[in-house]
Amino acid sequence: MRLLIKNVVVVNPDAMGNSPSDILIEDGLIRRVAAGIADADALVVEGGGWLLLPGLIDLHVHLRQPGREDKETIETGSRAAVKGGFTSMVCMPNTDPVLDNAMLIEAVIKEAGRVGLVNIFPAGAITRGRQNQELTDMFELKAAGCLAVTDDGTSVANSRLMRSALEYAAMVGLVVMQHCQDPELSKNGVMNEGEVSTILGLKGDPGISETIILARDIELAGYLKVPAHFQHISLRRSVELIAAAKRQGIKITAEAAPQHFSLTQDEVRSFDTNLKMNPPLRTADDVAAIKAALSDGTIDCIATDHAPHTPEDKEMDFDHAPPGIIGLETAVGLVGTELVQSGHLNWPQVAERMSAAPARILGLKNKGFIREGADADLTLIDPDCTWEARKEEIVSKSKNTPFLGRTLRGRVKLTVRGGKIVYSELP
Amino acid sequence: MITWTRPDLIDLQDFTREEFELILETAKSFKEVSAREVKKVPALRGKTVAMLFFEPSTRTRTSFELAAKRLSADTLSFALSSSSMSKGETVLDTAKNIEAMNVDAVIVRHPCAGVPGLLAEHLEPSVINAGDGCRAHPTQALLDMFTIQERLGRIEGLKVGIIGDILHSRVARCNAWGLMKMGAQVTLCGPATLLPIGIENIGVKVSCDADQVIRESDVLMMLRVQKERQQDQFLPSLREYAKVFGLNAARLKTAKPSVLVMHPGPTNRGVEISAEIADCANSVILDQVTNGVAIRMAILYLVLGARESSRKQK
Repeated sequence: MRLLIKNVVVVNPDAMGNSPSDILIEDGLIRRVAAGIADADALVVEGGGWLLLPGLIDLHVHLRQPGREDKETIETGSRAAVKGGFTSMVCMPNTDPVLDNAMLIEAVIKEAGRVGLVNIFPAGAITRGRQNQELTDMFELKAAGCLAVTDDGTSVANSRLMRSALEYAAMVGLVVMQHCQDPELSKNGVMNEGEVSTILGLKGDPGISETIILARDIELAGYLKVPAHFQHISLRRSVELIAAAKRQGIKITAEAAPQHFSLTQDEVRSFDTNLKMNPPLRTADDVAAIKAALSDGTIDCIATDHAPHTPEDKEMDFDHAPPGIIGLETAVGLVGTELVQSGHLNWPQVAERMSAAPARILGLKNKGFIREGADADLTLIDPDCTWEARKEEIVSKSKNTPFLGRTLRGRVKLTVRGGKIVYSELP
Repeated sequence: MITWTRPDLIDLQDFTREEFELILETAKSFKEVSAREVKKVPALRGKTVAMLFFEPSTRTRTSFELAAKRLSADTLSFALSSSSMSKGETVLDTAKNIEAMNVDAVIVRHPCAGVPGLLAEHLEPSVINAGDGCRAHPTQALLDMFTIQERLGRIEGLKVGIIGDILHSRVARCNAWGLMKMGAQVTLCGPATLLPIGIENIGVKVSCDADQVIRESDVLMMLRVQKERQQDQFLPSLREYAKVFGLNAARLKTAKPSVLVMHPGPTNRGVEISAEIADCANSVILDQVTNGVAIRMAILYLVLGARESSRKQK
C-alpha cells in the first residue's frame, strides 16, 4: 500500500521548499519527493499546502509504565505523542521497577510494538535501581534495544561513578543523558532559589545545583574525550558553560524543554502545583538565554520532559506535590508561539531542533530529514493555526499542564510513522 | 474609615495602610473586652470556628480559641500531624470534611507555604492563616504592630531590627510587609547562612552586624533559633550564635534606653535572648501575648463580617 501526501511544503533542517510538493511513500520509506506526482493505487491525502517536517523526535518522555499506569501507559503516552506530532521518543527509566535490565527494556519495546503508533526507544538506567551505587549491564541494555542511559530524576552525583559511566557507555555506544542537579544543594528545594522563593517562603533550589554538575561533567567529557548529553537545561549560566565547552571541541549535546522557554518563576506566586517542575522555572533572563541558545544552536534540541501526574498527586501542597508537567501535546504550539512567532527559529530550524538533532544524538541514521530513501516518519503542521489548549482535548492520561487556556500558534494536522497515518485531523 | 472586604486572611503583602489601621483600631476596642469582669461579647454568637493545626502550636492555637470564645463563637480544634497525609488523605480532603460540618471559619497552620491560600480557594468558610511554612504568620505580625503602636504611639519612622533565623521565619517576612507599609524602617539581621537570597529587594535593610542593629533600633525583635539549624549545617553552634547574635544584658546597655524588646515566643532562653532580658523592663513579650487575643478577635470579627456581606450580595 502506497501513501501519497499531496500539496505540502517540505521543510528540511537545511532547506524549505519554495512551492508545494507531493510525497510518495511505500514500504515505510519515502520513495519520491516531487511536484505533481500521480499514483492511482495510492491512498491520497491532501496536505493543504501546510508544512511537512521530518517526524518529531522527543528525547525525554516519562511513560510511567511499569508501575504508575494510573498516570500514563505506553499506549496513552503513544496517543499523546502522535497527536503532538512525535514519531519517535525516548522514555525515561525511572519507572517502578526501574528500567535497569534487558528484560524490562524488551518488555517496553514489545508493548510499544503492540500499540504500534510511535517508535519508542527506552533509556536504561545508568545505575542499578537508580541507586547511584553500581553501573547497569550496558552491553545487555544495548542489545535489548537501548540507545541511551540516564538516571533522570536525579543526577549521578558521585564523580567517580559518573566517570565510569561515561567511559563505559562510550565503549558500548550508548548516549549518557545527565540530569544535572546536585542533590545536596537542591535538597528539599521546590522552586528556583531567588527573590520569589524568598517572598513565598518556599525552599529554593539554587541554579548552581544545575551548573555545578554540568561543569563537572563537561570536565569529565573533555578529559575522557567521550560524548555526554545534558537534559532540560534551564539557566543562562548553563548555556554559557555549554557554549564554552563546544568551542573547545568537547563532544557534548543539550536539550531544553518548552516550559523553560515559556514560563518564569514569577508564575509560582499562584502556588499552582502545575508550576512545580524539576528543574524549576527560572528567571526571565534565563528564559531569554534558553531562547537565544535554541536559536544559535548552543542547545541542540527541544525535548518535552513529558511528566504525567494524577490530580490526586498534584492536588497537594506545593512542598509535597510531585514535580513535572505533561508536554507532548503542547510542544509544537509552544515552539510555534514562543520561538517561531517571536523570530527565534524558522521552520527549518524547528526541523533541526525537534527532529534532525535528536536523530543524530541517538544515532538514527535514516531519520531527521525528508528525502528519497529516508524513513517515512513525517509531521504535518499548520503554522498559522491558532488554538486554545483545553483539558477536554488532552489524550494523555494525565492533564497536569499549566498551559490550559493558552492560545497557541501552530498545530499538528497529520502524523505519519513508518509510512502509516498514526494521527490525522485532515477531513 | 474604610469597610473591611477580605473574607480570608492569608498574607499581609498586599494590604493597604488603611486596612492595617482598621485592624489595629478594631483590636483596640476588643482589648477592652478582655479586661472586663465578664470577658465576652455576643458578636459571633452562633458561629463555629474550626482550628486546623497540622503543626504543633500551643500559644497561637489557645490565643485563637480564646479570641473566638470571647466573641461567643463555638470552637473545635483538630490537631493533625502532616503524617495523616501519608494515609492518602490530602489537606484538601481534610478541610472539606471539616467544611461539611458547617463551620464558618477555618484557622489553619501548616508546615507548607501556600496551604491556607489553597484552602481559601476551595472552601466556603473564611480561612485564616495561623502560619504557613516559612511564608506568613499574619496575626503574629499584626499583634507585633499593635504592641509597638500601643507602647510607642506610632510605627511610622521607627527603626525595627529583626534578628535571628530570617531564612526560616514567617514572622520576619510578615512583619516586614506590615511594618514597611506603616512607614517603619526594617532591618533583617542574622548569620549570612540564615538570610534568604534577594530579601533586600523587598525594601528592607539586611545586616550581619547584630551589634550595630541593636545600637540603632527603636524596636528589637529576637527570633527563635532552632537547634536543628546546627545539624543542617547553617550554624557552627548555638553557643557561637548566642555570643554573636543573642541579646544579653551587656548588649542591651548599648541600645537606646527606650528600646522595645520583642519575641514571638516560645523563647530559647540563653540562645537568642538571655533570661534576664526576657524579664527586663524593656521587654514586652507578655504584652504581645495579651495583645494576640485582641488582634485575633478583631480578625475573626472582620473576616466573618466580610464573609457575611459577600454572601448576602450573592
